[in-house]
Amino acid sequence: MSDISAIPAAAPHSSLHRQSARTKKRNAAEKRFQVYGMMAVGFGLLALVVLLASILGNGLSSFRQTHVVLPVELSEARLDKSGERDIEAIKKVSTFGYAPLIKDALARGMEESGIAIEGLDEKDAGEIISKEAPAQIRDFVIANPDLIGTTQEFRLLANGRIDGYFKGRVSMESAALDSNVSPAQLQLAEALKEAGLLTTGFNRDFITAPDASDQRPEAAGLGVAILGSLYMMLVVLVLALPIGVAASIYLEEFAPKNRWTDLIEVNISNLAAVPSIVFGILGLAIFINFAGLPQSAPIVGGLVLTLMTLPTIIIATRASLKSVPPSIRDAALGVGASKMQAVFHHVLPLAAPGILTGTIIGLAQALGETAPLLLIGMVAFVKEFPGAPPEGFFDPASALPVQIYNWTQRADPAFVERASGAIIVLLVFLVVMNTIAVILRRRFERRW
Amino acid sequence: MPLIWLLALLAALSAAGFVMGRRRAVLSSGGDVRRLHSLPNYYGFNVGLAVIVPSLLVLFCWLLVQPLVIEARVAAQLSPEALSQASDPALVMSDVRRLAEGLDVAIAEGAMSGDDMRNLEADGGNIRAALGAVGVALGSEVEPSVLVAAQSYIAQVRTGNMVRNVTVILLALAGFLWAMRLTAPGFRARGAVERAVLALLIAAASIAILTTAGIVLSMLFESINFFRQYPISDFFFGTTWSPNFRGNSDLGILPLLWGTLYISFIALLVAVPVGLFSAIYLSEYAGPKVRGVAKPLIEVLAGIPTIVYGLFALITVGPLLRDHFAQPLGLGESGSSVMTAGLVMGIMLIPFVSSLSDDIINAVPQSMRDGSLGLGATKSETIRQVVVPAALPGIVGAVLLAASRAIGETMIVVLGAGAAAKLDLNPFEAMTTVTVKIVSQLTGDTDFAAPETLVAFALGLTLFVITLGLNVIALVIVRKYREQYE
Amino acid sequence: MKDHFTVESEIMTETKITARNVQVHYGDTHAIKDVSVEIADRTVTAFIGPSGCGKSTFLRCINRMNDTIDICRVEGDILIDGEDIYDRKVDPVQLRAKVGMVFQKPNPFPKSIYDNVAYGPRIHGLARSKAELDEIVEKSLRRAAIWNEVKDRLSAPGTGLSGGQQQRLCIARAVATEPEVLLMDEPCSALDPIATAQVEELIDDLRRQFSVVIVTHSMQQAARVSQRTAFFHLGNLVEFGETSQIFTNPQDSRTESYITGRIG
Repeated sequence: MSDISAIPAAAPHSSLHRQSARTKKRNAAEKRFQVYGMMAVGFGLLALVVLLASILGNGLSSFRQTHVVLPVELSEARLDKSGERDIEAIKKVSTFGYAPLIKDALARGMEESGIAIEGLDEKDAGEIISKEAPAQIRDFVIANPDLIGTTQEFRLLANGRIDGYFKGRVSMESAALDSNVSPAQLQLAEALKEAGLLTTGFNRDFITAPDASDQRPEAAGLGVAILGSLYMMLVVLVLALPIGVAASIYLEEFAPKNRWTDLIEVNISNLAAVPSIVFGILGLAIFINFAGLPQSAPIVGGLVLTLMTLPTIIIATRASLKSVPPSIRDAALGVGASKMQAVFHHVLPLAAPGILTGTIIGLAQALGETAPLLLIGMVAFVKEFPGAPPEGFFDPASALPVQIYNWTQRADPAFVERASGAIIVLLVFLVVMNTIAVILRRRFERRW
Repeated sequence: MPLIWLLALLAALSAAGFVMGRRRAVLSSGGDVRRLHSLPNYYGFNVGLAVIVPSLLVLFCWLLVQPLVIEARVAAQLSPEALSQASDPALVMSDVRRLAEGLDVAIAEGAMSGDDMRNLEADGGNIRAALGAVGVALGSEVEPSVLVAAQSYIAQVRTGNMVRNVTVILLALAGFLWAMRLTAPGFRARGAVERAVLALLIAAASIAILTTAGIVLSMLFESINFFRQYPISDFFFGTTWSPNFRGNSDLGILPLLWGTLYISFIALLVAVPVGLFSAIYLSEYAGPKVRGVAKPLIEVLAGIPTIVYGLFALITVGPLLRDHFAQPLGLGESGSSVMTAGLVMGIMLIPFVSSLSDDIINAVPQSMRDGSLGLGATKSETIRQVVVPAALPGIVGAVLLAASRAIGETMIVVLGAGAAAKLDLNPFEAMTTVTVKIVSQLTGDTDFAAPETLVAFALGLTLFVITLGLNVIALVIVRKYREQYE
Repeated sequence: MKDHFTVESEIMTETKITARNVQVHYGDTHAIKDVSVEIADRTVTAFIGPSGCGKSTFLRCINRMNDTIDICRVEGDILIDGEDIYDRKVDPVQLRAKVGMVFQKPNPFPKSIYDNVAYGPRIHGLARSKAELDEIVEKSLRRAAIWNEVKDRLSAPGTGLSGGQQQRLCIARAVATEPEVLLMDEPCSALDPIATAQVEELIDDLRRQFSVVIVTHSMQQAARVSQRTAFFHLGNLVEFGETSQIFTNPQDSRTESYITGRIG
């Protein structure tokens, strides 16, 4: 340790109260670095805000819908020529038979309110009412055949372009260029609104009605999709929770350390990162082509999502089993319980809140998953509600995210509004589920 | 008897077994349950499990095997002429299956009795019309050989189901009798039940392996089918992608891989710096208040479904980039582009990168930071020269995981990237990816024997192998890194 | 309680660090209670006391390492060469270049041995050329008495060295920035006896150039390496004086109890 003697004395003192030029430079670099960090956080937050604003801005209006309120005469001559009120005979009258009733009702309404628009014939005027309206009246008549011959007031859907006009999507200028709607029709709509025949109100049908065809964005609803998603979530819950918990209990409490369990562990962590579309291919090849389950069925969607959700649930469950201290197990074993009893009577109940939280988060992920469902045929146009479970699990249905995708593929811009509105519904479900998960965690979280 | 009733019956038998097993145990103890080796419930569970587990297992295997056996037998029965006439034997079988299903529906709807069905003659239009009336549309007239095969198919399925139901119920009863005979005070019911439960637990854990096996096998089989019809070298080295459902398609994967990698690269270019810097800022600089607000908000981005990002790309980002960058710069007219998809995917990956980096940065021991600060380094010098280099393997792992996500992402590219397969450098051009083509080849009316459909499985397999490789490497790196500081 | 200590001794050196009425709060905890002390240049000063007595906290005040902890509040004055280091004008970065620190657990960076030592000179811009940097690295490694052991493998990772070598590497790293004060927070607590002996010998050598302040758990170590000793108890500075005097003739009953092993 004699090297020290070779060292000259320490450097001359410099005052701490004066910042050296180098320190100033370094502090500036420090500031810059910090600003980069703030910018990164700001970018992330900005992206979130823009994303939500874009969805809300486009979608909120889908919860409001323009209707034309008209008294419609349910003419016996047209609807029930025999006058016998035979329901089969009434059913034979197609929606085409109902269209003239509406046209007449509208003409009468215009006449009574003294509305006359130049250059607008009766046919064009009729087009401001949705093509869905005859079906609306037909459903009503079939449900109440006794009312044939009376005049009833109906809230008929307005055409999507008219609806768009009152939501700012369509303007007089754009209508002049659009073959689907003319400025004259918009003037008529304005006049009807002033006369109180045209109203805009909450759109309940958007949540409850089934999908509608490409020509009728105003009638399209999420009913089938919500029910389909609900069925799938039921399947996922019933399958993924018990299987996931059983697998976690085995891996965490009983598994010996060997090749097989190693393989399982590696498999689970890999499955968590496999692209979701690959699960769709699996579902198509195994469940549909091999096992012969029907396409578009919630049961297939549920099975595919179960396989996708399992890793999430297993990882969460194992974490919460791990957090139960060994002393609990020792205490149970110490009074003569078997290992199985210790786990099922003591460890599992203590881990339950964590397992539940993980399950809800897994379900929320599954609810938003789209790609695999496209491959198993959920993207088909489904207008019929699936039946009650268990048979309903095998009926064709849609799912929320797939319905959104479906709508983005359609030509009419009104479907963009619908798709954004559907996203709002989807996000509301997700927010509710995640909030429950957070509340559960806060309420039952135990620190050992 | 439909399957659901069989299942219900098994469940009921099992429940009855539980009750009776328990009773028998209590009775055999002479009213003093302390004489029993195990609690009475265990005897009940033992009987219940003996009823349901073997029978369900046999049922499950039966369900898997029966269709295969019957199809093989029916196919063998089909006359060689019928098969040789058809372009593809598989198509004939699918006709048989479809006709059989149609006839089943007709019987179920009451349009036809079982005897009618057996006596049907293939006089053409007849059957087609009869099935059309109950809502089963057949594509073409029914060949006599196909009708015979379909009739035999139905008959065999009926017999098979009958034998199945009887076997399963007998097995359940046998299990019941066996377990009841065992039920005696000396019998170690708890041990037996616990062994059975353990077996169930192991079975549940093995589902992960079954899933992986299912993924690999299903894609492998169909990919082999594909490569029988399309040369493997053309697939992996072809530079044109133009599927044509009339045949003669060019199915080269390179343009798709290029699009995938280009978009993923742009996504990482956005996500890695933003994610890393936000992680650094939030863990090293931000006060608890800012962190408490900003961190969960950024994590909200991770909880948003990808379809939402897809729509965001389609209706907001795409038009924005087109109107303000692509058109003024003369780079393109398309709202869907590599840039659109990449940017939106980058936003999606921000929370993924930032929360992984956050974990990794926090794993760097405080002593390392103290060492650097104690020498008079500023915070940023410490982070750049000590913390980040120390965390580098972990960060690389996180980036690889993010890359694997980007490569496998589907909805954003389906809605944001476009459908044109191109080898191009212009980021404002629409391009397409492997996942987009999997979706487009497998949705819609597809013929499962055509190479244009089967190619999707080969694409899927390629995608699976790439992402699996990335994931394994990333997981190994991250694990090594964790061990270093534990 | 006496709140100010001056030491009459045969080693008359100038005062390097002056602390006046220092108070430290960690959130609601009052960790350091009104400590005043004068630490001499070119001397080894040992802080001893039972765990949690505040000796490490006080040490960390001297180069403002406590700034990195959000909930920590320091009051009172600490002067180095008569300049208040808690003055608003003082940049802690510059201060820490002047007041180096060695930590309890050896914490070499996951870099090469060379880069570990060159780290400080690089960030402070002490070398104008590669040759100068090489010189500083060699000089520092020699000063830390580890040059002979590592001169052939300067590019090997510093984390591959043995515990004692790592700690001497950290000392080399600290002296490479030419500090005037060297703070050592239980530098030997993670080392085996042989490595401890080497580090202690090194500390004794370092005193020729630096004002060394060492926190230690071991009274024997304090007796072996230090000229002066401060005894902390429950956040108070109980006694400060010549090491020989503290260990042979403590003034305060608490010091005596600690030294004789009744509290600790």
